Amino acid sequence: MIVAEQKPLGEITNSITGAKKILVVSCGGCVTVCLSGGQNEGEILAASLRLKQGLEGASTEIAEMTLERQCDKEYVDKLAQSINNVDCIVSLACGVGVQHLAERYPEIYVVPAQNTKFIGGTTQHGIWEERCGLCGECILAETGGICPVIRCAKSIYNGPCGGSQNGKCEVNAETPCAWVLIYEQLKRQGREGSLYKIFPVKDWSKSRNGGLRKYVREDVLL
Amino acid sequence: MKHDDQIVGFVCKFCALLSFNLGPTPDSAAKIHLIELPCAGRIDPRVILAAFEEGADGVFVAGCLSHECLNLTGSSRAGKRIERVQNILDVVGLGRERLMMYYVSGTNGPRFAPIATEMTERVKQLGANPLRGKKQGERRYES
Repeated sequence: MIVAEQKPLGEITNSITGAKKILVVSCGGCVTVCLSGGQNEGEILAASLRLKQGLEGASTEIAEMTLERQCDKEYVDKLAQSINNVDCIVSLACGVGVQHLAERYPEIYVVPAQNTKFIGGTTQHGIWEERCGLCGECILAETGGICPVIRCAKSIYNGPCGGSQNGKCEVNAETPCAWVLIYEQLKRQGREGSLYKIFPVKDWSKSRNGGLRKYVREDVLL
Repeated sequence: MKHDDQIVGFVCKFCALLSFNLGPTPDSAAKIHLIELPCAGRIDPRVILAAFEEGADGVFVAGCLSHECLNLTGSSRAGKRIERVQNILDVVGLGRERLMMYYVSGTNGPRFAPIATEMTERVKQLGANPLRGKKQGERRYES
């Protein structure tokens, strides 16, 4: 899932200064799972903004609604009936959702309420960790299901590097060295011999270094 | 919340509510609207913020001592949520002092009355909630 973190309330309120009718739009997708978005968080944010505006004597109208997702046109279209006279949308979605709202409703000022952090998963309740670097060419089959692109600080393909000490990364002593993890995993599977294979230089043009990426499935296009 | 209630108390039925029923009656000056919870862990930041939006001068949540919680982690979770809402109240300008978490043993009958008195004194010092009577209209759109 996409993992995001809510911006500080003060930063959000600075962005909406002057708005008279605000709609807080939550996303019911990934950010609900990582507890930074969704209906609950949207209602908490809207209530917090109403309290702040009310105490400052502003007559701002602040409402909240939740879309199933903000990254699909059919859900974003549902907002059309709720945005009469709205001059500011505060989006509790990842950067994709914010941009979809801004593209669909270009006349309205759209404010992101979150910082989108990474693609990851839950390691324990309240803790999420990055797991995928979106490099566009997955090699997990060859590395025991452990990604060197994102779990190695240097994203090296033929590790470990000289900074690996006692199984930990030199960048952060609490971070396991991805290549030690890969070796241990392959050894458990009796496949450590595959590490003799040298990975060729990676083609980073399939990652975001190649510019804006687009994926087309011809068979489902109408 | 009744019009003249100043304080909203969300109370766990296994401890604070028992304490309320067992112990001495709180001072009549304490105008508290009690809401029973099946566990303090049921408390939701949204209802606390709603209470302040409706004009409550103070809100408290009372749950079990952490090692006595029937649901093991309910009152501990409540405590963390209270801290989060206290931080929000600081940022919005209402002040964290208006929201309190109390840990009460279900066998401590005399405990509830002092809590009521403490909250009453606290809101008296802080003054009325400036938002009382200013609640805005419709808050949600259905998607």
